[in-house]
Amino acid sequence: MAPKLPLHHPVQQSSTASDAGQASAHAAPPRGLMRWLLTTNHKEIGSLYLIFSLTMFFIGGIFALVVRAELFQPGLQLVNPEFFNQMTTMHGLIMVFAAVMPAFTGLANWMIPLQIGAPDMALPRLNNFSFWLLPVAFTLLLSTLLMPGGGPNFGWTFYAPLSTTYAPPSTTFFILSLHIAGISSILGAINIIATILNMRAPGMRMMDMPLFCWTWLITAFLLIAVMPVLAGVITMMLMDINFGTHFFNAAGGGDPVLFQHLFWFFGHPEVYIMILPAFGIVSAIIPTFARKRLFGYASMVYATAAIALLSFLVWAHHMFVVGLPLAAELFFMYTTMIIAVPTGVKVFNWITTLFRGSITFEPPMLFALAFVVLFTIGGFSGLMLAIAPADFQYHDTYFVVAHFHYVLVPGAVFAIMAGVYYWLPKWTGHYPNVKLAQWHFWLSVVGVNLTFFPMHFSGLAGMPRRIPDYALQFADFNLVSSLGAFLFGASQLLFVAVVILCVRGGEKAPARAWEGAEDLEWTVPSPAPLHTFETPPTFQRHEH
Amino acid sequence: MRTSFVWVANGMAGLVVAPAALANGWNMPVGVSDLSQEIHSLHMTIFWICVIIGVVVFGVMFYSLFKFRRSRGAKAANFHENTVVEVIWTAVPLLILIGMAVPATATLKKMYDASDAELDVMIIGQQWRWRYEYLGEEVAFNSSLSTPRAQVRGEEPRGEHYLLEVDNPLVLPINRKVRFLMTSDDVIHSWWVPDFAVKQDTIPGFVNENWVRINEPGIYRGQCAELCGMDHGFMPIVVHAMEEEEFDTWLAERREEAEQEAMGVDREWELEELMERGEGVYASICASCHQPEGQGSPPAFPALAGNQRLLDDADWHLDTVANGVPGTAMPAFRSTLNPVELAAVVTWTRNAWGNDTGDAVQPSAVVEKLAQ
Amino acid sequence: MSQPERRSPNPGVRRTVVRSVATLVGMFAFAFALVPLYDVFCRVTGINGKVDTTAQALLHEGVDDSRFVTVQFITRNGAGLPWNLEVETHQVRVHPGQSTEVGFTFHNASGEGTWGRAVPSVSPSNANRHLRKVSCFCFEEQHLEAGERLELPLVFQLARDLPPEVNTVTLVYTLYPVDREGAARQARVADSKGGEA
Repeated sequence: MAPKLPLHHPVQQSSTASDAGQASAHAAPPRGLMRWLLTTNHKEIGSLYLIFSLTMFFIGGIFALVVRAELFQPGLQLVNPEFFNQMTTMHGLIMVFAAVMPAFTGLANWMIPLQIGAPDMALPRLNNFSFWLLPVAFTLLLSTLLMPGGGPNFGWTFYAPLSTTYAPPSTTFFILSLHIAGISSILGAINIIATILNMRAPGMRMMDMPLFCWTWLITAFLLIAVMPVLAGVITMMLMDINFGTHFFNAAGGGDPVLFQHLFWFFGHPEVYIMILPAFGIVSAIIPTFARKRLFGYASMVYATAAIALLSFLVWAHHMFVVGLPLAAELFFMYTTMIIAVPTGVKVFNWITTLFRGSITFEPPMLFALAFVVLFTIGGFSGLMLAIAPADFQYHDTYFVVAHFHYVLVPGAVFAIMAGVYYWLPKWTGHYPNVKLAQWHFWLSVVGVNLTFFPMHFSGLAGMPRRIPDYALQFADFNLVSSLGAFLFGASQLLFVAVVILCVRGGEKAPARAWEGAEDLEWTVPSPAPLHTFETPPTFQRHEH
Repeated sequence: MRTSFVWVANGMAGLVVAPAALANGWNMPVGVSDLSQEIHSLHMTIFWICVIIGVVVFGVMFYSLFKFRRSRGAKAANFHENTVVEVIWTAVPLLILIGMAVPATATLKKMYDASDAELDVMIIGQQWRWRYEYLGEEVAFNSSLSTPRAQVRGEEPRGEHYLLEVDNPLVLPINRKVRFLMTSDDVIHSWWVPDFAVKQDTIPGFVNENWVRINEPGIYRGQCAELCGMDHGFMPIVVHAMEEEEFDTWLAERREEAEQEAMGVDREWELEELMERGEGVYASICASCHQPEGQGSPPAFPALAGNQRLLDDADWHLDTVANGVPGTAMPAFRSTLNPVELAAVVTWTRNAWGNDTGDAVQPSAVVEKLAQ
Repeated sequence: MSQPERRSPNPGVRRTVVRSVATLVGMFAFAFALVPLYDVFCRVTGINGKVDTTAQALLHEGVDDSRFVTVQFITRNGAGLPWNLEVETHQVRVHPGQSTEVGFTFHNASGEGTWGRAVPSVSPSNANRHLRKVSCFCFEEQHLEAGERLELPLVFQLARDLPPEVNTVTLVYTLYPVDREGAARQARVADSKGGEA
């Protein structure tokens, strides 16, 4: 990855380097820490995002293991309920905002300019700023665990009034850290939109772009639309807590349910923000290793856009038991069921790409295929949740926990890992170690299913969410889940090993590292030089 | 061919038997009301639809992965789009979903119709217990977890209904439509009994409506289903559903008890009586925060044993219990505990764990203070 | 090769950024606008059990003798305000169109004067739009001295177009304290500053 890049440092290429943000770098390039603090290069910033995300993935994972360790057996053995609530809350917040979203942003930074033939992102200095906001935001968030009263303990969904009137003193810092992270995402989204809309290689129309660029473009629009709403909600929370307003307080004429409407208006598009880039990655990998063009490209674009639009109309399916009026309940049931259609279309298109292809099973393909199967299972439990009358029995049980972990872990996270395995040769010039990657894959698949499949059953059998101790009939399911969680957690160390080894060495990869790979990034050398596409490439589109 | 037929037949038999076998402890309960059974059917229907779609889709996928492997010499075909196929696999799922939406809509409409109920029960969520008030009956009581904390800590063997048992269950008649009016005194809780398929968030300052008509007598257990703070996992629901005559008798008995309690307010209570009553109230209401030995969990939950201000100022003590301390986790118990219970628990706290003030707070004094 | 050039920002980029920022600002404002919008939406459609806080005029549309509706009143005090709220009767049977008065008594049972208010909630939510409050103390801040009692009426009318399946309407009033201290302190500070100018 990035540490290899000094060979191609700007000093040697100063005659062609023209980054807006690195004018002074060519005279005296910074070394060491300052290089990373000041870089405006999309590849270096991409690496920063990915390393940050991996670190936070482990921190969020450790919080999950604290939860699973306590839930290993009935009774309270390890932590008290107040701390348990902090662990579940921080696990959610870190995974959503500090692991998954930055990982996708890192992949976007690395690959979008390469895929559209641009020399860098549209706003390189803004890009640097967007990244460095994240360590600030999450150091602040993690530090709340050490503050008097402890850290946030009201779930990653922080419903009022538990998160306002009854919240620990650190809540104001929690709000500030979310504001900072939100600004980072928003600025990143602006950069991505500006890059994709304005800097494609000549001859590349929108409908010629790789699907990863399309899914990220649409994701970026979602971010711009809903992150400000989150900012609004947390500002209202801040005002209720500190300035005596009553947005969410019935005593003053406010309404706790208003909080939920506002939060989920952000929250539902947010979960699509966490999955659409994954769809893009899988749409790059499957055609490559099936050696066959993606089936139904146009359909895939429209389906993604449909999902994004519909995502604004489904939010209250998280609120089916709140006491919504019947008309609203029906409306949101119907829209939520409808959103299954474009999602299904995408799955069918991937499978049709495989059909009558010529398939090999390199590590990226293994993860992409597991994504298709396991994400679809998560989609099925989502469809079940959409049936509002039945949801009264599923809501706030482990059935929901099973659903969203299936779409996020063997969904989004597997897609991220697939993308990393896929593009590591481009970043480092080496193939990742296949044996280790296969071990990582199989242990992860077993681990993820052992952890989350039993949760369908414990949820159906009546186990609520967010409890530190449970009735005896749930014991066996929890035992298996906890074992699976530790297996899965440990297996991720293999991933770290593969990445580190790959950066340092391994079988050399050519420019076109994978035989069936088609997009523009495979026309530049492996590893990619620090500056690529200084002159825009000539883009040849597929003949129909 | 014969062999594979046998496999398929066995498999299908298994599919039929499996749900029944799985139902106990692996699947949603069918429940004891007409609506809970409808909901269970909807659940099984959507489940089987998903299974069938999954089998077909994954079938094609695994077939492709097997048949079109490069190592077997497969050569990639060239096709990459087909509008007809896209239209078909958009329209067919849409039609299936519309098919699902029709029965789901019908069931939802029934769930929303709480009219013409024969009994109204107010359910109030509190941190961390439930309160039940039978409207128009003057019968009201609190319902707290009765599993000893020693079992939670693993110091004693766990009972069969570990974490799903309470001191005062909600008692309801079968075969009568019961309407629930639900609210909360602090944060959002959620009242859920899986066997009734009734779950509703209880929102502070707002009232929600729900209903059940129970078909079978029995004891039904549920849990709070919305994160509400520290003891969210420790505020279960137990409903004792009984035959109508039995219920009417029970209700009459509770009404009488309430009258006795109200009259008991006027008489003089002995210290021993107050202590005995107070010990019970403390255990079910106060101990979860202030701990069984009064040691508390400072700073959030002050210690009561050896608490100097408490020992010196009986008036402040009663005022704090009755009216709470705004801005902290200490609620106002005047609407949860009646004057006898208030007098008893204050007496207990003033004398237990070596506090030994010798004070006996009379219910009549409490009534006077509350009514001023 | 040519000299290193400073690339001037692509005009398209500038346009994209301006539009994105405008969208951002608009969505942030939208989030805050949702607060009153939510209220208006609920009031106009009557859903969510939120009640109109303004007094409504009596509809002179005659009384529908053919049906009775039971109106229940429940009072609650869960939030630490040392007051009682009593209602003269917990239940009345009325005809749609008929105007009815029910007396409520606020009582400050503590040793000092405080502020409080009663917050209403109506169930079922589809009855809300048809419940017209001609005179109501809902949301009004009341100040009571120690031991003071105050009788206030609720005058209401169920509109004739109340859906036929609704036979019971439940009105719950919850007592809450009002933090007048904070507001008063701020007002005093503002006054003194203005006075000295």
